[in-house]
Amino acid sequence: MVFRRLFRRQAEPDVQLEKSLEKTRRGVFSEITRLFDRSAIDEELYEDLEMLLLQADVGVDVSEQLVGELRARVERDRIADPAIAREALREAMVELLELATRNRKLKVLQRGVPFVVMVVGVNGVGKTTTIAKLAAYHQGFGRSVMLAAGDTFRAAAIDQLKVWGDRLNVPVIAHEQGADPGAVVFDAMQAAHNRGIDVLIVDTAGRLHNKFNLMEELGKIRRIMQRHVEDAPQEVLLVIDATTGQNGLIQAQKFAEQVDITDIMIAKLDGTAKGGIAFSVAKELGTPISYVGVGERAVDLSEFKPETYVDSLFFGEGDGL
Amino acid sequence: MFESLSDRLQDTLGKLARKGQLTEKDVDEAMKEVRRALLEADVNFRVVKDFVAKVRERAIGQDVLKSLSPYQTVIGIVNEELIAVLGAEREPLRAPDRPPQVIMLVGLQGSGKTTHAAKLAAHLRKEGRNPILVAGDVYRPAAVNQLQTLGKQINIPVFDEGIQANPVDIAAHGLQHARERGFNPVIIDTAGRLQVDERMMQELVNVKAKIAPTEILLVADAMTGQEAVGVAEEFHRQLGVTGLILTKMDGDARGGAALSIRAVTGVPIKFIGTGEKIDALEAFYPDRLATRILGMGDVQTLMERAKEQTSEAEAERVSKRMMKGSFDLGDFLDQLQKIKKMGPIGDLLGMIPGMGNQLRQVKDQISDDATKSIEAIIQSMTPYERRHPDMISSSRRRRIARGSGCTTAEVNQLLSQFKEMRKMMGQMGNMAKKGRMPKGFPPLR
Repeated sequence: MVFRRLFRRQAEPDVQLEKSLEKTRRGVFSEITRLFDRSAIDEELYEDLEMLLLQADVGVDVSEQLVGELRARVERDRIADPAIAREALREAMVELLELATRNRKLKVLQRGVPFVVMVVGVNGVGKTTTIAKLAAYHQGFGRSVMLAAGDTFRAAAIDQLKVWGDRLNVPVIAHEQGADPGAVVFDAMQAAHNRGIDVLIVDTAGRLHNKFNLMEELGKIRRIMQRHVEDAPQEVLLVIDATTGQNGLIQAQKFAEQVDITDIMIAKLDGTAKGGIAFSVAKELGTPISYVGVGERAVDLSEFKPETYVDSLFFGEGDGL
Repeated sequence: MFESLSDRLQDTLGKLARKGQLTEKDVDEAMKEVRRALLEADVNFRVVKDFVAKVRERAIGQDVLKSLSPYQTVIGIVNEELIAVLGAEREPLRAPDRPPQVIMLVGLQGSGKTTHAAKLAAHLRKEGRNPILVAGDVYRPAAVNQLQTLGKQINIPVFDEGIQANPVDIAAHGLQHARERGFNPVIIDTAGRLQVDERMMQELVNVKAKIAPTEILLVADAMTGQEAVGVAEEFHRQLGVTGLILTKMDGDARGGAALSIRAVTGVPIKFIGTGEKIDALEAFYPDRLATRILGMGDVQTLMERAKEQTSEAEAERVSKRMMKGSFDLGDFLDQLQKIKKMGPIGDLLGMIPGMGNQLRQVKDQISDDATKSIEAIIQSMTPYERRHPDMISSSRRRRIARGSGCTTAEVNQLLSQFKEMRKMMGQMGNMAKKGRMPKGFPPLR
């Protein structure tokens, strides 16, 4: 029987995301809020705003765009109250991020056919931790999960995945370090099939996006998957480190050229990461941002919601959530 | 994607130069481009502000306004100032008061500490040292295993006490172990942490107090955005960082983070990591990073990669054949394959100064796939045909086309292009003999 399971939407405010964004908010974004605590809208406001956006890794183009739009809106609507201007800015920011969600496709999980998630990204962005979080996320919906240790390059990447596998009680298909990732994936596909696994999450070697051969390997892995499941991998998740600057955009673009990225996750959004890269990614790429990763525990994963993202950064009391 | 700073300045100032006298306003236009390019290279906005002010002041003082080539003058100033910020001299690792030299690596999660601990060990052993690695990351799953695996790969001992022990004790015991057995230097890996995590930062402070390291190197990801400064400032404030290793410089990272960190903390950059392989660690050269931030290409790196692929004698032989005009299709194939080993062709072209602008126009035409069909065509030729491309008759062309899976037109195109190329080479050869290069070629240094 074929049936559909949608990714459920969480109804309650996203406390986890709220909390982890607190530090960011205390930094740049609370300054943005405070910026509008003034009696009139003047030139200095725009200048300071642009600087604060830049400081949050929003990028030159997007910062200029946001400030430009605000300026136009203030003039057009004859806005005099800074509080209303702030609301206009907030709306513009949400709208921009919505560019990153409108292309989100409905995920269809079929019983008996593994839903294959291939996780890609450069070194050190937190791929392995992301995989653990994704596993816990799918477990939360009652799905059976399997992991494939496709990063056979980095020393101990396999061990690291196994540790997570133990913690989450999830089987891990692995070969030795230096083995052919294609072979690992082949075995994993077979095992997932035989055991009737719902979700197979495949780790890949962290590769810098200008390493041509390594990127080609991803293509090969994909072809092996498709021998088993025609439309696999149903999800290709690019993990981007939230502290990345404008390079994150180049990264994403290069990856998108090589493998068809279906989803993006912004990881490490805890601490002081500004997460402004989400705006550039939303504007320049059509690829949906689906998740945000916060904290180091397996449960610290949230679905990406533009309103929450912006509001968490702006307010913090849960208003407007 | 992002236009390089040098291209932008060329656009802005090139246009202005033609109109004659420049005004201060024109210089400000140029400074806007400098600002934007630096921000896009992820240089911290505060650093950008200071930097642009300094460059502007010098530019106006140096009579860019009257200069006939304002582009060169401004680029020159920017380049010099970049190098000034990055540190004009290379700074080597500090020597200890008494051995062993203790090097502690610190940084955020995922910046590359464990990998660079091993890289650094291998690097120092090449200098005749006898290093030991200490596995101080007890938090990240399998971090200790990772260091052990790396240690085995490079045959350098790793001291560890599992993951139950306290990192302060591990460091102290590791140091003692090294003293007893005469290992020097001692390279200590630590767990990644956020600079705002007070408890974890305190742990590093405790490790430092216990073992008094010679060097505390902050390992920072070259792709970090604006926050790079916050991270570095906090690590530096709490620990007194003595140097920086900038990792992941093999991406398209412009390395703006390096400029920011150096400018704000004054901590010298000591190494850069350029790949996943153990030997991908290079001493830091300020001028190279400056040209990279400017987007002016990176000839040095290009030369180095070329050297890896070919010996000097070989290069000599090939260039002689080129000059004589006896360069044949076999040589061409050989060179093509060597170039391919150096990396994607788009990347290589990007390293050539002044290629930025042209590159964007031809980028779609130059792909690694294109070289594949060229290779296939040449490989479908007999050795005789490769040596004597002029002798390839139309029936031979048809055979070659069939053999390579290309059309006869493609074979014809390759042959005529090759003929043109050889003619040019011959001309260059003649001019070189007369002691002058053709117009438009940069002087050889």
